[in-house]
Amino acid sequence: MIKEYSSINKVSGPLLIVDGVKGVAYAELVKIINDSGEEHMGQVLEAMEDKAVVQVFEGTGGIDTKNTRVRFTGKTMKLGVTREMLGRIFNGKGEPIDGGPQILPEKERDINGDPINPFARHVPEDFIQTGISTIDLMNTLVRGQKLPIFSGAGLPHNMLAAQIVRQAQVRGKGEDFSVVFAAMGITKEEALFFKNEFERTGSLEKVVMFLNLADDPTIERIITPRLALTAAEYLAYDCGMHVLVVLTDMTNYCEALREISAARDEVPGRRGYPGYMYTDLATLYERAGRIKGRKGSITQVPILTMPDDDITHPIPDLTGYITEGQFVLDRGLHMRGIYPPVNVLPSLSRLMNKGIGKGKTREDHSDVSNQIYAAYAHGNEVRDLMAVVGKESLSELDNMYLKFADAFEEKLVKQGFEEDRSIEDSLEIGWSLLKILPAKELKRVHEEYIKKYHTPEGKPEETQAKGLMVPPKEPRKRPNNNMSKAV
Amino acid sequence: MIRTGKISKIAGPVVVASKMKGARMYDVVSVGNENLLGEIIELEQDRATIQVYEETSGLRPGEPVVSKGMPLSVELGPGLLNHIYDGIARPLQLIMDKAGDFITRGVDVQTLDKKTKYTFKPSVKKGDTVRAGQILGTTKETSIIEHRVLVPPGVEGKLKQIESGKMTVDEIVAVVSTKKGDVKIPMKQVWPVRRPRPVSEKLLPDVPLVTGQRIFDFMFPVAKGGVAAIPGPFGSGKTVSEHSLAKWCDADIVIFIGCGERGNEMSDVLYEFPELIDPKSGKPLMERTVLIANTSNMPVAAREASVYTGITIAEYYRDMGYDVALMADSTSRWAEAMREISARLEEMPGEEGYPAYLASRLAQFYERAGRVTTLGGKKGSVSVIGAVSPPGGDLSEPVTQNTLRISKVFWALDAHLAYSRHFPSVNWLTSYTLYDESLAPFFNKNIEKDFTELKKEAFVILQKEAELKEIVQLVGPDVLPENEKLVLETAKSIREDFLQQNAFHEVDSYCSLKKQYLMMKTILRFHELAGEAIKRGVKTAELSALPVKEKISRMKYDANFEKNAPSLWKQIEQEVKA
Repeated sequence: MIKEYSSINKVSGPLLIVDGVKGVAYAELVKIINDSGEEHMGQVLEAMEDKAVVQVFEGTGGIDTKNTRVRFTGKTMKLGVTREMLGRIFNGKGEPIDGGPQILPEKERDINGDPINPFARHVPEDFIQTGISTIDLMNTLVRGQKLPIFSGAGLPHNMLAAQIVRQAQVRGKGEDFSVVFAAMGITKEEALFFKNEFERTGSLEKVVMFLNLADDPTIERIITPRLALTAAEYLAYDCGMHVLVVLTDMTNYCEALREISAARDEVPGRRGYPGYMYTDLATLYERAGRIKGRKGSITQVPILTMPDDDITHPIPDLTGYITEGQFVLDRGLHMRGIYPPVNVLPSLSRLMNKGIGKGKTREDHSDVSNQIYAAYAHGNEVRDLMAVVGKESLSELDNMYLKFADAFEEKLVKQGFEEDRSIEDSLEIGWSLLKILPAKELKRVHEEYIKKYHTPEGKPEETQAKGLMVPPKEPRKRPNNNMSKAV
Repeated sequence: MIRTGKISKIAGPVVVASKMKGARMYDVVSVGNENLLGEIIELEQDRATIQVYEETSGLRPGEPVVSKGMPLSVELGPGLLNHIYDGIARPLQLIMDKAGDFITRGVDVQTLDKKTKYTFKPSVKKGDTVRAGQILGTTKETSIIEHRVLVPPGVEGKLKQIESGKMTVDEIVAVVSTKKGDVKIPMKQVWPVRRPRPVSEKLLPDVPLVTGQRIFDFMFPVAKGGVAAIPGPFGSGKTVSEHSLAKWCDADIVIFIGCGERGNEMSDVLYEFPELIDPKSGKPLMERTVLIANTSNMPVAAREASVYTGITIAEYYRDMGYDVALMADSTSRWAEAMREISARLEEMPGEEGYPAYLASRLAQFYERAGRVTTLGGKKGSVSVIGAVSPPGGDLSEPVTQNTLRISKVFWALDAHLAYSRHFPSVNWLTSYTLYDESLAPFFNKNIEKDFTELKKEAFVILQKEAELKEIVQLVGPDVLPENEKLVLETAKSIREDFLQQNAFHEVDSYCSLKKQYLMMKTILRFHELAGEAIKRGVKTAELSALPVKEKISRMKYDANFEKNAPSLWKQIEQEVKA
């Protein structure tokens, strides 16, 4: 039932108020055609008996209140999905921009999706090896998890995301994988970085890109991640692929949300962001997961830049309450030249315990990671103390912790952009670090593992050299066909 | 009375319908052609404002709205346990059977299974006089819980008829002739969720809810029938704490509400609970558990209702004479749902956009907790443990503040403790419990005479440590006299060997009260003997290097510590004296 009106009463920011309409459905899709024939897309935000509030996605420039026609399509917003989307690049509203042909959709899906029934969810428990020690060893990522990167302006979050995409694999399984990449308001340069990265590693034909760039309409950003996740759901649950979704930059998404909210004269919540931002973000993040009896999975790595590196800002705060942990990048580490500058202390993976241990990674994984956490935290306390009282008045034990904290950052956190460490390599580095401390201090490690892996002094030279010089072998070669890679 | 009106406006989960004169506040309505479920939350002349529990996209003005003439209610009866429901008590498993892996709209399923037959054993005879709350009979609901069928509130009279044998929840098990005529009673009851179930009398709580978690039981205990709040920033371990409590607390029935939280966490609970064995009964924990899951991406209006659904079920089991523990994770999401709906109603906002009635709603909810004498004369309790998620970890925000005004126990989670993987990351300096006095007799009588003494001593040491640390921050640890160094050493031992507890360790995840007492006794025994040794001129560093210290640090992992404690004490004595 298509209806057309030319009775726009008011244009305000991204909103139109259309009068005299009849039987308009809430959330239905709207086309706005101005007198020069330009088409804009919009959606009904409020439906009343004789009036509708329409949110326009591509900006309201060129719309007038006399000649512009508003066509109500009677459909809610849908995305045509097909396997052929792999290897293609779309703009923020789902139109191809790579010069290729239009896609022929196999199915049409509502971009808002439906919530997964919690009863139908499969617990995420497959360890994903990213080859990055601070992730694999300290904050393990598992399939079906949503684990964001909290970054700041000028920090190498894009490199880290690209490295995760390149290296992520579930070991020993040659399963079908793909990547869905959604950009919200990032610069052309950043988009190119990712595209070149995908091209260079030969994975472009496994990637679907949705690009809303910094100069594209802000409002479009509201739908870009929804399109990406709809495509991801199709690839995961219909095609049985393991999909890694990278959403960047969620901060821009939230800004767009605030803009619409302000235009609608809503009561603002903290810092002007709408009160429903938690729910809104949840409808995106909660689309990660696995479903019982279906092969595929959706793992999300959203990226957001914390305004002024403030983790209590509403955007990282609400995100952290929804996602299953976070990787926090640290400016201090970055300044000291440590890549990736992951500060493990505020970082967390809530699903870690599901994905590690005997049969998954190694029996001692959980203990080692806990012990390193505790020791590094104490090492940092000692650093603070040292700043006040000087190194001389520290006890011998505290000096060991100091040495531990330094070694941890230098040997375990720091690694190359191309360096792909296996979990065993990471564990080995971990144990070599723990050897700095006396065995009595390792309260979080089961005795049997200490006996097995914590070879006491005697030949410290050898163990140290072996442990700390990882990787001694040449960097692992990437498999040519990428088939062993899966996320 | 059934009223039919039509939709005049749709804005997200809030729908306005006209021609609704005669519909009552909080009546349930079915909205639109797809029969979405909603509830009336405002009336103005013939217009009703409705919050809809399902996604509203595609609704059009003009579609019908039908009032069902009754408030939002939940079916209560055998078959509730061992299942998972959404915020308005629809079993998620049935929704999945009907609608598939994703929750679609307008799925019509009922809370209780109408086909299963339960064996009803009457415990009263024909001709008996019965009153509200009295037990009519029992049926085995799960292998550990006996379901007691009660005379519904408001019914009193002579028993005209009583059945026995296999029955469904709808079949009539008893007929009572009352002053107003005969009342037929099935096993099932229907109760409006927003109205507290009546009790005969509220009692003062004097029995602890034993949780097996040292920081809670030993340091900051909550009473059965009490209210505890766990506020903390994200990543500080709220959910793990709530899960540990749901697993190990010694309540008869556990209601766990996942209110606006993560879907993967709920599926984790669903996987884990059937495999966990209740230490008391040896049966799966799921058999005493009701799960309510309204994840963050499910409709907000249903999230708002979920805590009421949960507490109504809790009260129902309390009325049977059970001790019920209700965990709500997280009440902040519930408050946010209220805020969201309030904003759609264009109500005047209070603090931080929350509605002005936030405080009274929270208070009304928490007041439904308590230890009571039921209408039938039994003793039962509902304890409520609410997680609070303050934005940015800022405890001055309205939800935390209003919760603290009501709750008697405050378990403050601390991000810095969590960062150093000190779990449970409850801050021992800022947390408090107001049940210390009323529970002290229980501990001293049932565990050991000096239980509360030990606890006080531990608190003194931890407090002293905080003071000394300030000095150390300024001048370094070397200048402290030996006896103060020992205080630091002992405080460290209390923190690491006692307060830290590994929720995922096979032995350490649950710690009995007796073991808690013995562990603290061991640490303080060492402290006492070490203090004497220091007077003789021994250095603290030498004492902390003793081999027995490592044994102390591993006592939490010792499954037989209750037996092994005396031999450890002997070793302490020998080593310290030598």
